[in-house]
Amino acid sequence: MLAIKAIFKKEFTLIARGSAEMMMPLLFSVIVVSLFPLGVGPGPDTLQLIGPGVIWVAALLSALLGLEHLFRDDFQDGSLEQYLLSPASLTLMVTVKVLCHWLFVIVPLILVSPLLALFLNLTLNMYWALLATLLLGTPLLSLVGAIAVALTLSINKGGVLLAVLLLPVFIPLLIFATAAINNAALQLTWYGQLGIIGAMLIFAVAVCPYAISYAVRVSHH
Amino acid sequence: MWKWLHPYAKTEETYRLAAKLAPWLLGLGLLGMLLGTVWGLVFAPADYQQGDAFRIIYMHVPSAILSMGFYSGMAICAFIGLVWQIRTCYMAIISIAPVGACLTFIALWTGAAWGKPMWGTWWVWDARLTSELILLFLYFGVIALYASFQDKLQGGKAAAVMSLVGVINLPVIHFSVEWWNTLHQGATITKFAKPSMASEMLWPLLLNILALAIFCAGIVCIRLKNEIFLREIRRPWVIKMVKRAGEA
Repeated sequence: MLAIKAIFKKEFTLIARGSAEMMMPLLFSVIVVSLFPLGVGPGPDTLQLIGPGVIWVAALLSALLGLEHLFRDDFQDGSLEQYLLSPASLTLMVTVKVLCHWLFVIVPLILVSPLLALFLNLTLNMYWALLATLLLGTPLLSLVGAIAVALTLSINKGGVLLAVLLLPVFIPLLIFATAAINNAALQLTWYGQLGIIGAMLIFAVAVCPYAISYAVRVSHH
Repeated sequence: MWKWLHPYAKTEETYRLAAKLAPWLLGLGLLGMLLGTVWGLVFAPADYQQGDAFRIIYMHVPSAILSMGFYSGMAICAFIGLVWQIRTCYMAIISIAPVGACLTFIALWTGAAWGKPMWGTWWVWDARLTSELILLFLYFGVIALYASFQDKLQGGKAAAVMSLVGVINLPVIHFSVEWWNTLHQGATITKFAKPSMASEMLWPLLLNILALAIFCAGIVCIRLKNEIFLREIRRPWVIKMVKRAGEA
């Protein structure tokens, strides 16, 4: 319990004192989203049509961007090795780190999502669906992404590789999330898609921490 | 069974087995494919709706089925490798992955060629096409991950974890894209009780599936053999083998 508190405190201090790095993914997603109206034309109907997909793709990409820092700094300065040596459960500690990543990198993104929805002319109904899918879906990004991050730690240029590994795995999430929002646009129920995302999240919460800690061990081989 | 399987955890035994099996599998597979393809392309009757264009099924369906089959094979190897810590399995993963990727690519390519006359387009974002494309990406991911490691044992473990993540995801992908969009025709031969295909057309297809599986297994054997050889090149048994080959 003490270890968990210590890790959480450390992560929080790091964010609070050097927030520029953590702001990057947020800034990135806002800029990516604002490129689309310029690229496809500012017609409100077109924007509403592509909006859910654009916001979700931006969320995926910026989560990828933030994921790189999840274990890398700790790996390079050796604190990850200390986690490995410590008597506390590695699985628990990496879970706390993933939770911190979600809280400090993804939640800001969810907080600016009203702005993005405004940019892309989403209706209120669509926005609620967007918010719900983001809340349930993005922890999944952090959890599954952390496995790939932990696997690629000992590779120097892991960034592009991370995208190749992870984006195909995230496709179902993208499909269900945008389907939910499109249903909301048509005034249909979207709880079914949300339920599936929730089921995937529960499964990931149960399995991913073990896979992450195994991957961290592989990287320290 | 365990007693029979256990020696193959040693790379030397696996090397011998792969070397012994490869020519047989390749020969048998090639013969079967020749028979099946000629039978399918020349002697099987033309389809009443699609005419002769349907004959591409004899390439398309075997490669599509096996692209998924080889992925499951790879994932089984990954599981065995991770649970029982068997190095040979990691080598098997990387021997299978490029073969599977090729099969996936062939399935996509022949599918596009079949789609053009039948649907009027090379590509649609249909459930089956999309999930096959994602399967190709998953193969690429495993290959790229393995290739970027200097330490190949570590790379093998990483590739194993990644292929298991992929295999958990495969059914999810399958159902997600199924519900998302569908144009591809339904399965023709999975209904074994009463296939919705005339038996004159079905038999060459089944023969081709089996033959392609055997042929690709032969390629995997050769790749596995080479992989073991490269990775174990400093082991005494490899040195001894090379010396003996040099003397002869």
